[in-house]
Amino acid sequence: MALLEVKGITKRFGGLVALNDISFSVEEGELRGLIGPNGAGKSVMFKIIAGFYRPNQGQIVYQGEDITSQGASAVAERGLVRTFQETTLFQEFTVYENVLVGCHLHARSNLFTALFRTDKDRQKAVVTKTSEVLEFMGLTDRKDQLALNLPLGSQRALAVAIALAAEPKLLLLDEPFAGMNPEETFQMMDLVRKVQESGVTIILVEHDMKAVMGLCEKLMVLNFGQLLATGSPKEIRSNNRVIEAYLGSV
Amino acid sequence: MINKRTSKALGLIALFAFLIVLPFTLKFHQQDFLIFLIINILVVVSYRLMTLTGEWSLIHVVLMGVGAYSSALLAKKLGLSFWLTMPLSGIICTLVAFLFSFPLFRMKQFYFLIGSFAAGEAIRLSWVYFKVPFGGPKGLRYIPSPKFTFPGLKEAIEIWEPIPYYFLTLTVVTLCLWILYRLENSRIGLTLHSIHWRDVLAESVGINIWRYKTLAFGVASFFVGIAGALLAHYLGTINPNQFAVGIMVYVLIWVIVGGTATFAGPIIGVTVLSIVNEWFRAFEIWRPLIYGCILIISIMFLPEGLESLPSKLRGVINRLLGKEEIEVNVPERMEKEEEVF
Repeated sequence: MALLEVKGITKRFGGLVALNDISFSVEEGELRGLIGPNGAGKSVMFKIIAGFYRPNQGQIVYQGEDITSQGASAVAERGLVRTFQETTLFQEFTVYENVLVGCHLHARSNLFTALFRTDKDRQKAVVTKTSEVLEFMGLTDRKDQLALNLPLGSQRALAVAIALAAEPKLLLLDEPFAGMNPEETFQMMDLVRKVQESGVTIILVEHDMKAVMGLCEKLMVLNFGQLLATGSPKEIRSNNRVIEAYLGSV
Repeated sequence: MINKRTSKALGLIALFAFLIVLPFTLKFHQQDFLIFLIINILVVVSYRLMTLTGEWSLIHVVLMGVGAYSSALLAKKLGLSFWLTMPLSGIICTLVAFLFSFPLFRMKQFYFLIGSFAAGEAIRLSWVYFKVPFGGPKGLRYIPSPKFTFPGLKEAIEIWEPIPYYFLTLTVVTLCLWILYRLENSRIGLTLHSIHWRDVLAESVGINIWRYKTLAFGVASFFVGIAGALLAHYLGTINPNQFAVGIMVYVLIWVIVGGTATFAGPIIGVTVLSIVNEWFRAFEIWRPLIYGCILIISIMFLPEGLESLPSKLRGVINRLLGKEEIEVNVPERMEKEEEVF
């Protein structure tokens, strides 16, 4: 059974068809790429999978369960976490606190425990976990810096760190390489590989071809809401329809 | 070398010493003012809890009225003692809030504002319309004062004079603020702040926004209900006009001018503005104008609220001294092992 099955997803915004009958499935352990020109509908797809949008038609099946109608926080509880296109962080918190919030699903407190601090053990475990995630993403040195003071590469790493703290089984990375220079791209690629090796399935939306071709074993190409092609980087590179989509009719 | 924790504790002791001595130095109507100020502090701090989750409701002052009417009616009709009716009125307020949260939370932003206003007016107008049991437009009178008794005492002590009632209010409100402060610095507080700063990100890591909005609404309503009870048993009489939207606007102004990023923000707001309001009492007709000007000036020059004043001053001083520092207004932090209390 595939980890994620997308079945016949259609999404309309008024008269505009953002996604037209999209179907695909992702197996556990994959690092799948989703590419396409701007406006192709990639982010819309992510938002639907992660529960931020409802599709007009179709189903999202995750671990055998239909999660189409579930909201974002419910989906996250099941281990499906997304990152955001613009650098979305808790800017006014420190790096440490950002990841601490990410641990929410483990640290949950009710009024009683919040007032009387009876869950000290659980909170200690959360502190440990936070340090582990920071270590994993190479952010330990910066843990007391405010998020808004970080350089771009670290901000993106932090965004992934927050998502990792929520212990995802499936991670949707939305353009993590945007605006990065080659050195930052290299470091980020390493981190993404590291995350995959730790057992997380990843779907990556990205424009940076070097990163996508270098990381993903399988790619999907979206254009104007249609799934144009699916295949290995080599196959995609030589696919006429894909070339046409990016460069216009030759 | 005094560390931060010790200086905080010393500061609080000094503050309490001041507050304990203060009423004895004031005139009668000023003591009145002080009691109302302390009650209003509880109102704004509880309101701020809701604004953290993005809800700026217009029902808050009406819920204070619910607390006032509940406590008054329980005391008058059922003869229950104040010490019972006060917490009960808080619970009743929370239940009313829960009831209304279901329809209200389905509304987004602006509509939530209108919806909460409508719900508040519906409640308030039911007090006006139903003479039984709410007493209609004239409201309720002869609300009994709190009684204090211990074994060996022939007659119970009635707490109705300003100074004793002031100490009662101070004790109750301090306890409530302590609970709210502890909540603020707990895991729940961190979650509420994360919703405040970037709710979409919070959702993506599994934070159920609706659940926390309801929690904030319920807790805020509990404490504003208690504030209402304190008011009712001091004044001895309450009527629907005391909880009209005009008062709600004052609450909004206190909270906005004070700032909502820190716990102390609204407290500073309500204290400064209430004192300013009192000072200009002599200027009668000019008062609204002066008040309005102060409001506009503070929003223009301190849009983050009065609470940002210390860090802004620090920035100015540093610049004068030639130091380059990037200072950002940072809210109160969750202290991991350290606790103030």
